[in-house]
Amino acid sequence: MPIEQKKLEILIADKFPESKIIVEDLAGDNNHYSVTIESSKFNGLSRIQQHQLVYQSLEGLMDSELHAMQLKTKGTT
Amino acid sequence: MELDNTTKENIEKMIGENEVFLFMKGNPDFPMCGFSSVASAILKKCGVNFGHCNVLDDEKIREGIKIFSNWPTIPQLYIQKEFVGGCDIMKEMAESGELIELFNTRGIKTEIS
Repeated sequence: MPIEQKKLEILIADKFPESKIIVEDLAGDNNHYSVTIESSKFNGLSRIQQHQLVYQSLEGLMDSELHAMQLKTKGTT
Repeated sequence: MELDNTTKENIEKMIGENEVFLFMKGNPDFPMCGFSSVASAILKKCGVNFGHCNVLDDEKIREGIKIFSNWPTIPQLYIQKEFVGGCDIMKEMAESGELIELFNTRGIKTEIS
């Protein structure tokens, strides 16, 4: 149950406005993505909390539509 | 989806009895997913003893651990009952040296090989 890269980008950009977002399709199969997000929303959060925020904003997409997402998050300094 | 008490107790028992514990797909010798493979390789490289649970053997643990940790993916690393993170966080921590430091400060024996 893959998801199109464009759709994923829009979804993330919608939840993390004014952020630097890089989405890469690692295997070219719409199912293995690398996602990097740099957002002020992460400021002051632990790494686990940052990732949890992303997972929550994707609303259960992980593991259903998205098998694999490499995630890198960063606050703004 | 809810976490039933038996599953919760099972999870608490596993992470309570092992200072370092990895929920993974497959086992450290035969990981069944690339991410689980990376995670167990990192722990092996640190030279720590760790327990593991193959979530593919137990559907209740597989779904339950996601609720327990509020984390949607496997693998998941616990150190002294504390959730540390998944594969990406483990990779970052291994690369920066934070993981070894964490083991050291918690008094967990490591052998960098």
